[in-house]
Amino acid sequence: MRIGLFATCLGDTLFPEAVKSTAVLLARLGHDVVFPPGQTCCGQMHVNTGYQREPVPLVRNFAEQFGDASIDAVVMPSGSCAGSVRHQHEIVAERYGDAALRAGVATVKAKTYELSEFLVDVLEVTQVGAYFPHRVTYHPTCHSLRMLRVGEKPLKLLRAVDSIDLVELPEADSCCGFGGTFAIKNAETSTAMLQDKMRNIATTGADVCTAGDSSCLMHIGGGLSRIAAGTRTLHLAQILSSTRTSPYVPTEAVR
Amino acid sequence: MSSTFLGMPATPPRSPYGTGNLRGDRTFPEAAHDELRNEQLRRNLGRATHTIRAKRLNVTGELPDWEELRDAGSALKTDTMNRLPELLEQLERKVTERGGTVHWARDGVEANEIVTRLVKATGSSEVIKVKSMATQEIGLNEHLESVGITPCETDLAELIVQLAHDKPSHILVPAIHRNRDEIRQIFLKEIPGIDPGLDNVPAHLAAAARAYLRDKFMTTKVAISGANFGIAETGTLCVVESEGNGRMCLTLPDTLITVMGIEKVLPRYQDLEVFLQLLPRSSTGERMNPYTSMWTGVTPDDGPQDFHLVLLDNGRTAALADRIGREALNCIRCSACLNVCPVYERAGGHAYGSTYPGPIGAVLTPQLAGMHAAKDDPNSSLPYASSLCGACFDACPVKIDIPSLLVELRHQHTEESGTTVEKLAMKAAAGVMKRPKLYTAAQKGAAIGRVMAGRDGKISHLPPPFDGWSDSRDIAAPPKQTFRSWLASAEGAATMRAAANEHEKNQKNQKKEEEK
Amino acid sequence: MTAARETVLGRIRDALVLAPTQDTTVRRAYRTGRSLPDDERLALFTDRLVDYKAQVHTCTADRTAQVVAEVLRERGAQRIGVPAGLDAAWLGAYDGEVQQDSADIAAPRLDALDGVVTASAVGCAETGTIFLDGSPDQGRRALSLVPDLHVCVVDLSTVEAGVPEAVARLVPERPTTLISGPSATSDIELERVEGVHGPRTLAVVIRTDV
Repeated sequence: MRIGLFATCLGDTLFPEAVKSTAVLLARLGHDVVFPPGQTCCGQMHVNTGYQREPVPLVRNFAEQFGDASIDAVVMPSGSCAGSVRHQHEIVAERYGDAALRAGVATVKAKTYELSEFLVDVLEVTQVGAYFPHRVTYHPTCHSLRMLRVGEKPLKLLRAVDSIDLVELPEADSCCGFGGTFAIKNAETSTAMLQDKMRNIATTGADVCTAGDSSCLMHIGGGLSRIAAGTRTLHLAQILSSTRTSPYVPTEAVR
Repeated sequence: MSSTFLGMPATPPRSPYGTGNLRGDRTFPEAAHDELRNEQLRRNLGRATHTIRAKRLNVTGELPDWEELRDAGSALKTDTMNRLPELLEQLERKVTERGGTVHWARDGVEANEIVTRLVKATGSSEVIKVKSMATQEIGLNEHLESVGITPCETDLAELIVQLAHDKPSHILVPAIHRNRDEIRQIFLKEIPGIDPGLDNVPAHLAAAARAYLRDKFMTTKVAISGANFGIAETGTLCVVESEGNGRMCLTLPDTLITVMGIEKVLPRYQDLEVFLQLLPRSSTGERMNPYTSMWTGVTPDDGPQDFHLVLLDNGRTAALADRIGREALNCIRCSACLNVCPVYERAGGHAYGSTYPGPIGAVLTPQLAGMHAAKDDPNSSLPYASSLCGACFDACPVKIDIPSLLVELRHQHTEESGTTVEKLAMKAAAGVMKRPKLYTAAQKGAAIGRVMAGRDGKISHLPPPFDGWSDSRDIAAPPKQTFRSWLASAEGAATMRAAANEHEKNQKNQKKEEEK
Repeated sequence: MTAARETVLGRIRDALVLAPTQDTTVRRAYRTGRSLPDDERLALFTDRLVDYKAQVHTCTADRTAQVVAEVLRERGAQRIGVPAGLDAAWLGAYDGEVQQDSADIAAPRLDALDGVVTASAVGCAETGTIFLDGSPDQGRRALSLVPDLHVCVVDLSTVEAGVPEAVARLVPERPTTLISGPSATSDIELERVEGVHGPRTLAVVIRTDV
């Protein structure tokens, strides 16, 4: 398959390791990974903060970058960005776009996937040859869980990882409190939510808390770093791309 | 041919907003700041919401057709809104035929006046009340007190709130912010003649309320209620409750006055078969609530012989005029969205400043009462009081897409707000992001953030408006290299090539295995 | 009053012009028209009643009077109220005082009763709900509300499997009360406790052969 990799603005700029892992993983599975160089941001932050005119050019750019028929699927290591492309782009296009944009949006929407659903639903693989000898707990991010309905897919992938010690996260489906600009506008409520999430993570005794979205991991990881917890955060793709021959090596200070 | 130019049909005016308890005196973050510091409140809410979540999941999971019921509930409410004028006229006709009197109120002020007039006509200076969101919304109790009529709340939680001179904080359980010890204290202080040995056992607290209210039920001549449903086809009204205070109020007095929002009408009696399954399971997590009362006008020799129905607009028609926002009117006030909301669980109902707290309140309140009454209208902060986690949408028995409504109201707010610093920043960000070259340059600029980081690679202090973030969270210094620059580098190319080779190698090995 | 009516209706019509409606079809794909064999309905109905802390007794019709009398005696009910249309034979074995209800009996006099015995109109097994509709053998609503003990006789043939089947049997114009267990509240910490303003004891006598 020819896969258009969408790095997401956050992944590209702040969390490149998660995107590298995604690219490597897909290539290892025998797919042609292309990176349309004009890609930038899906506009999720704009829409979720109440701005629908401003992201019109971003929505258009996304549709143009990935609309090409030679790209079979658009894959991104982010549940919330996939949710934005699938659910919000058409709202923006309907309201402030033209017919061409609406058509473009519909085309890319139909072939856009978050990483775990792409692996499990489209490629139909759960065993990706990963090796990760650490205790891991999984936080299902809200948009993956309730907007994309990825359900058990990330867990199926994790359970197939060699040597992993996967432990269940209590109250896993509770929001970590990120919510984009929510964490800025309602920082204190967000912090209260984060504290409960971190308390639950602590009970697992996990070395690593993983998820399918760098934004939520940035939030959880930022909190864990502040309290100097023994758990670090790591994107699901980084676990899935870790093998016996090239195991995961920590590079960044805080994730 | 006439020369009169009729022109395009004029756009009809948008209805005025509602009045009453639909706006707090400060924004959500300001109110939450104080509520979050109330450890007792946090514990009470955490405990109660977790209890009810488990119960709700149990009884909704029990029904194999729960999703079909939700679909039907959603469609029935949408159908109702589409045909609201004819349904209300039908309801009015049927209630009148059966001996009731129907009144219409444009807003809360008018509804309060109607109720006051009706109570005064009975000569009673006291009324007993069944828990009702509509009368809470319009501030009926405050109004009655101001004209010398004493309202007595009979629902246990409403009674607790009334005795404590407090405000409700939940749709179903207005005293959810109080625990059993606090309730005991309130009763000991406020109920005349109460047994000083009263303990904090919930059954004993309930028994104390029973003893206190018994005489009021037996002697008060006028009752005021809300309504969960009003059936257009038959004129039947329906009140869903647990304690029996509803039955008392709906049955024993001579006069019954029911205040019902116009959106509570349902087309057919048969539709109850859907809502009597959706509501109790979503609200108290029971298969069926202990008591539901249904009455049609006046029944000779059974119940109040003087029945009045007050149909209330109070901003509902303003909400109805919004193609997207009107979905909030489908709400059946079950409060499931409050119970699953992580924001409600921490901040509590008072932070919303409205009769309607929680996720549904955050979309209903701004639509009923507006959110641009003044600069920094507290109601304009409500659509932002959500992390958009979507738990409310999943829990809603009539499938109101609350996250989408929140996003829509945020958009309406930014559209109304003129030029703000935030809007300029959003424009600037989009301006950069729509130009890949500029974007790439900006990414390099972001790497400058590395200088803000300490030797451990963490940034621990951010300037406003981001200081709320850095109060409790670090942020990693931007990495030296973006993904795209890595991919374009020799290292990136080599890594990707190696990954592809690995696949080929695996393929070959697999073939060999198969040949063996 | 008329002005308010016209204004509100006018506002609704305006709103529907400002934001035109989208056609909706109501699909009733949920379960309707179910029937369950007698033993399954009885088991389900009993299970749900007990779960909500109602007392359940089953008997055949010929034993109605004995069971009703036993239940009343157990609860120490010396004076009870009955609706005017209740089958007098049901109280044939009861030796306490029986007050036949009429509309002129004021609520405080009902409060002085130890209990009430009524029949019922419909039942719903899946939710453990009893429907009273004010028929002569059930009486006015106050009668089954004010006394602290409600003994309710339910014929199994009137018990339907689910809510849609039960609602279909109701007569809309009649004052109808749905009862699922004794009165209860969840107002303290969202935990259910039984016994507030309605009868604190609900005893259900299910007659299996009627």
